[in-house]
Amino acid sequence: MPLYARRRLSNWIIIGLSVAATAFGLLWLVMVLGTLLINGVGAIGPALFTQMTPPPGSSGGLLNAIAGSLAMTGIATLIGTPTGILAGTFLAEYARGNQFGELVRFINDILLSAPSIIIGLFVYEVMVVRMGHFSAWAGAVALAIIMVPVVVRTTEDMLRLVPSALREAAAALGAPKWKVVVLVTYRAAMQGMVTGVLLAIARISGETAPLLFTALNNQFWSTDLNRPMANLPVVIYQFAMSPYADWQLLAWGGALLITASILVLNITARILAAWSSFKP
Amino acid sequence: MPADIAIARHRKSAGRHGAFGDPAFKGLTLAFAVLVLVVLAGVLVSLVLGALPALQQFGFNFLITEAWNPVTEKFGALAPVYGTLVTSAIAMLIGIPVAFGVALFITELCPSWLKRPLSMMIELLAAIPSIIYGIWGLFVLAPFVQEHIEPALIDTLGAVPGIGLLFQGPPLGIGVLTAGFILAIMVLPFISAVMRDVFETVPAVLRESTYALGATTSEVVWRVVLPYARIGVFGGILLGLGRALGETMAVTFVIGNAHHIHASLLQPGTTISAALANEFTEAVGDLYLSSLIALGLILFVITFIVLALAKLLLIRLEKQGAG
Repeated sequence: MPLYARRRLSNWIIIGLSVAATAFGLLWLVMVLGTLLINGVGAIGPALFTQMTPPPGSSGGLLNAIAGSLAMTGIATLIGTPTGILAGTFLAEYARGNQFGELVRFINDILLSAPSIIIGLFVYEVMVVRMGHFSAWAGAVALAIIMVPVVVRTTEDMLRLVPSALREAAAALGAPKWKVVVLVTYRAAMQGMVTGVLLAIARISGETAPLLFTALNNQFWSTDLNRPMANLPVVIYQFAMSPYADWQLLAWGGALLITASILVLNITARILAAWSSFKP
Repeated sequence: MPADIAIARHRKSAGRHGAFGDPAFKGLTLAFAVLVLVVLAGVLVSLVLGALPALQQFGFNFLITEAWNPVTEKFGALAPVYGTLVTSAIAMLIGIPVAFGVALFITELCPSWLKRPLSMMIELLAAIPSIIYGIWGLFVLAPFVQEHIEPALIDTLGAVPGIGLLFQGPPLGIGVLTAGFILAIMVLPFISAVMRDVFETVPAVLRESTYALGATTSEVVWRVVLPYARIGVFGGILLGLGRALGETMAVTFVIGNAHHIHASLLQPGTTISAALANEFTEAVGDLYLSSLIALGLILFVITFIVLALAKLLLIRLEKQGAG
């Protein structure tokens, strides 16, 4: 084969493989979402949102698990958002180019990808063992710890996108730095920061591993944050692994519910980011 | 100099006007930044303390013992460590070429209107939580693998001497291979996102001049883009590896949770995170619990090293790009 033909052939092979790889990646997305829809849609109904998780072999809903997940995600968001935003503010506004800032950024990025089950073990050691029992508080703290690095990272990135001219203009009017940050920089970066928080909520709302050792599970309705609390991911785990058809159906329903809310959060975040005034 | 004095005076008067807020706000943000470090230190200390009884009991043998027997209280980390490494290796073997193909398609081949939606769809793969992959793997992928892929592997590769050992035994669907495959799908978006970003840092001039010399797309990628972006590509791969090593729920569903080391990839096994998820809440006895925490410590150390390396490479790349 002449050289030119050989080069063209190898080019087409590489291009073909690349297209195939992309199709392969998209195939799994379609497959996972498709199966979820097919299997989960049968479980979606009024009962899912109004009844408690049933004992084996009978039908019921996921009300206590949904409420528990909302409660723990909510508390985690309340703890994680201010923590992450303030730490991110330090990195963007007070630690540009200094060694300590580099260290915090480095550690934060490692925590961002660290296995969530390790965070579960940590909270188990620090809270569950000390308190003597599993509790919703421990679950919420574990989720908050997972959330913080995401918020730190996006807050820092978004604050850095704000042009220095805005800060300088505010400072030239005599505003002290904290006022510049809170009243000018935050406001300019608001959409981006909200995006970060939404993505962080999406990240923690499907987390299962850290809840296994902290919030555990509860078959019944509970509003006591000092007790184990039902939550969607752990219920899905237990029900899916069980041999009972009713439980498995509920697991699919819960899985569809979680995935749908995560996709909505993700898409909202992306739309918000596209609207934001300063683009990366 | 009068200007300096004026500024100093101004600062002083600003202080008098109640700009006490500045050091307070800086201190507040600093405190929360320190908290990030405290969390990491806390994780390490609590894992070491929790693992201490097991490490004192078994010493270095913990790392090289396969036995895991809660009844006789003999514990060793070899099987889960082996499982973690092998599943991650399978994930990398499948995930890296696919991620490379995706990144290549997005940066070099696809029309520009398709870039954003396509990137977004691949990134959605990363947004789907681990447990969803788990339930899907258990009910959809595992039966499919059992009926179609594993019999084919046993008949073809299983007959080859040498590699054949990896594909022996009955097709169960649940096992190390299926777990590795699911991990490959899960790390794909992380690796391809980094690859896409570093491919885009390659100056257009380099690409254009290579095309102008008559190079084909594949030659541009192999000879120009890839060499230029290799540090970043390697960083992205390590980042994906860090994810694969610690992934829990998806693996727990499909690996079969058996504390054994089989040469065959078709047999059930376990990983560190699967063992933790499966056994931790049911562990009775301090030594059992402590051994599980020791497993967690091993996982933390391995992922920390891998992720730190990834991060250092990517930081080096950033500096290179800036300078």
